Amino acid sequence: MTIAVRNADISRRSFMVGAAGLTFAVASGLRPAEAATRSGDVGLSPWVTISTDDTVSIMSPAAEMGQGSLTSLPLILSEELDADWAKVKIVVAPPNDDLYKNPTFGYMYTAGSNAVTSYFKPLRLFGAQVRKVLLANAASHWNVPVAELTTGPNVVIHEKSGRKLTYGEIAAFAEIPAKAPEVAESELKSPDKFRLIGHDVMRVELPSKVNGTAQYSIDVQVPGMLYGAILRAPVEGSGPEKIDEAGEKAIAQAIQASPAIKMGNVHIVPLPYGVGVIADTPWAAFDIKDRLKVTWTRTGKGWGFNSEKALPEFAKAARDMSQPTKLWGKAGDAIAALQTAATVVEAEYRNDLVYHAQMEPLNAVASVSADGQSCEVWCGVQSKTIAVTVAANALKIAPDKIIYHDMLMGGGFGRRGHRDEEYVHDAVVMSNAVKKPVKVMWTREDDIHNGRFNPLSAHFLRAGFDASGKLIAFHHRKACDEVTAFQDPVRYERQKGRDGIAYNGVDAPYYEIPNRLGEAVPRDTGLRTSSLRGIAHLTNVFAIESFMDELARKRGIDPATFRRDLVKSAPRATAIIDKVANMAGWGKTRENSALGFTYMNYSGTQIALAAEVTVDRRTGAIRVPNVWTALDPGINVQPNTILAQTESSIVYGLGFALFERITTDDGAVEQSGFYDYHVPRINEIPEMHIELVATNNHPTGVGQMATPLVAPAIANAVAELTGVRLRETPMTPDRVKKALG
Amino acid sequence: MATSFKINGKTAQSDAPPATPLLWVIREELKLTGTKFGCGTGLCGACMVHIDGKRAFSCQTPVGQVAGKQITTIEGLSADSSHPVQKAWLAEKVPQCGYCQSGQIMSAADLLAHNPKPTRAQIVEHMSTNICRCGSYPRIVRAIERVAQEG
Repeated sequence: MTIAVRNADISRRSFMVGAAGLTFAVASGLRPAEAATRSGDVGLSPWVTISTDDTVSIMSPAAEMGQGSLTSLPLILSEELDADWAKVKIVVAPPNDDLYKNPTFGYMYTAGSNAVTSYFKPLRLFGAQVRKVLLANAASHWNVPVAELTTGPNVVIHEKSGRKLTYGEIAAFAEIPAKAPEVAESELKSPDKFRLIGHDVMRVELPSKVNGTAQYSIDVQVPGMLYGAILRAPVEGSGPEKIDEAGEKAIAQAIQASPAIKMGNVHIVPLPYGVGVIADTPWAAFDIKDRLKVTWTRTGKGWGFNSEKALPEFAKAARDMSQPTKLWGKAGDAIAALQTAATVVEAEYRNDLVYHAQMEPLNAVASVSADGQSCEVWCGVQSKTIAVTVAANALKIAPDKIIYHDMLMGGGFGRRGHRDEEYVHDAVVMSNAVKKPVKVMWTREDDIHNGRFNPLSAHFLRAGFDASGKLIAFHHRKACDEVTAFQDPVRYERQKGRDGIAYNGVDAPYYEIPNRLGEAVPRDTGLRTSSLRGIAHLTNVFAIESFMDELARKRGIDPATFRRDLVKSAPRATAIIDKVANMAGWGKTRENSALGFTYMNYSGTQIALAAEVTVDRRTGAIRVPNVWTALDPGINVQPNTILAQTESSIVYGLGFALFERITTDDGAVEQSGFYDYHVPRINEIPEMHIELVATNNHPTGVGQMATPLVAPAIANAVAELTGVRLRETPMTPDRVKKALG
Repeated sequence: MATSFKINGKTAQSDAPPATPLLWVIREELKLTGTKFGCGTGLCGACMVHIDGKRAFSCQTPVGQVAGKQITTIEGLSADSSHPVQKAWLAEKVPQCGYCQSGQIMSAADLLAHNPKPTRAQIVEHMSTNICRCGSYPRIVRAIERVAQEG
């Protein structure tokens, strides 16, 4: 079920009131009360339409990349509306920030495991408001007091008289009040009354994902469509200086190899950042692209950058107290406390560049009109309003001239939410060059060579203990590129240079240490960087949780107990630590294997994780037979989805921990495919033992919480097993062998 | 110089040069887009199809080599998602982003066609040709075991 909703649908829908049924045309995004006064606006769009056939259509504002929000968000609204889930039709919301923005980000952006947590309250409120309108209409229809009415799934009930009206029946005569009804938080259902939230339903698009009908942008077929491929400059900020005569030679050679290529459809499109090739088949486009020889300008900053040589320099900068820093977070005075501490412990950790490797190589389809004044776009993106803006800006036309088709994403992981959404831009400019529909596909090689990576980072940490052995100071300095500056300059400016994508959590704010300091030591390599699953925590928590383990061992305290003492005033945190210790049989001695323990508070979600490892001392290979984890994200909106996301998070964390490594030389990426970039396969994953803890707290994120804990849990287990501390990800066999000596 | 073959029981022809990967013919010429492009190097399995009853990486199969052969894609596995593997995939809620799942299902169906009661080790060995970046692996194992048990 993918419904490609076009911009144009908005105005059509707002005229549905009183026609096919009842459209709750409540504008202004998530503040319905204010919206009622604007209900004549053209840009108005409903969240809910109740049809006379009893169908309840609900807009889903998040982008779907496998995490399940397409289903979970309408389900939250349905709960308070008391809708019959079997009669709910989920409609993909069109790109419109005013109406459908994520309240945390301020625009339609699905990222940070944030959709359920941010939309939860507004969607419940709105569901409750629609229910109140239905109740009021039924009350006046029967001429009975509203207080005598209740609802069941899609039905208003008057118990006294035994009468019932379905929502569809009410829709046939209902009037919408000028002002949306007030709903107090106390009027919302108490969690013990939930019949949808907390109860698994089939994810709406899942059936389409077992029979090949799920539609991703790469699947789009438009009559007369041509195919595009782009050879990009290896370094960001560079472009073609000279397309060697090979431009034409390449075409001639390609045609010689493939006589079927229709010459008339072949176009070479010089772009500021590369050279595009358009042809009538994908194989012709790829073939010509591969034959191109281009001399690049040396304008990009990244030329000359060698990631292996740079990392020791990063480590030096992290240690060097004279380096300029940006304060991320602090408590007390860590610097002073370290000076007076009886014992100071220092440690260093490093992380290589990491690639998203979403299974669908980036691509998009665009069709620019002959006059260049309008454009249709088909794409899978984490922000659809950004996609519309990118397309409009590329053509220098107004956003309302873009017809946007929402497609499923074959994986996101942070790669598809950059402010420039460059692969959408690709399709628009290529189509504009020929004024025909063009599908621009990146090959896997393109996707890696032009990847935007989790940044290279070096971490320097210090801890101070007082004479009694109490941990009184924690100082963490992280040297890495400022990711937000590259990924989203608009956000970077809005946040005045505060870069959460790179540094969030560097100060371990959840640990009860009286003096804490987390600092950024910004680098500027010119490499393309990005948020990736686990975001800043991916590397920060590798450093923090490895360090906590080292501190516990230095103090001779059990590592789980050591952490527990540092969260002792947070009952949900201690409970999750105890639970995982119990699940894993923590403290039990094993033969030839050992356990490592980790904990974090990830944006309010409590999670602990233990891993069991074995090490082949001859080859240096680490195996992870078992992982145990438990998480408490408050209310479990869709438990099976949380389990799936946690399994997924563990596998992603395993790749980061053991295998995944991008390197650059002279600024260019050295890896090219799954033959030299190793992502986890089915024969490499652990047995996963996962338990969900449901509490009645506001739901928090579930999409990536285990990811950052896997690497430190493995490193801690290796330390327990061998006495050797691994300080660098990925923990590849050669590195392990070297460390073991 | 057209190549003729059967796909999902129907006769098809392609004018693509014989060296063209079958994957692109299936997807862009025959418009059967359930078979996916993931890597183009036979390392991810998103392009998996059956040729004469055996699984094959369609990105590694030149179209010229399938003349006269029978190809099955995810669209031809069943008309109504009723193949036991498809049913088990839904029962275990295997897919996340779903992009690799056509290939996973085609690989699993191939395994079960030749070995209806695979051991866990055989499942893992057979399925290691297919990458799932969403890490749906534990569910893939469970779904295949479900088919094996339910027969």
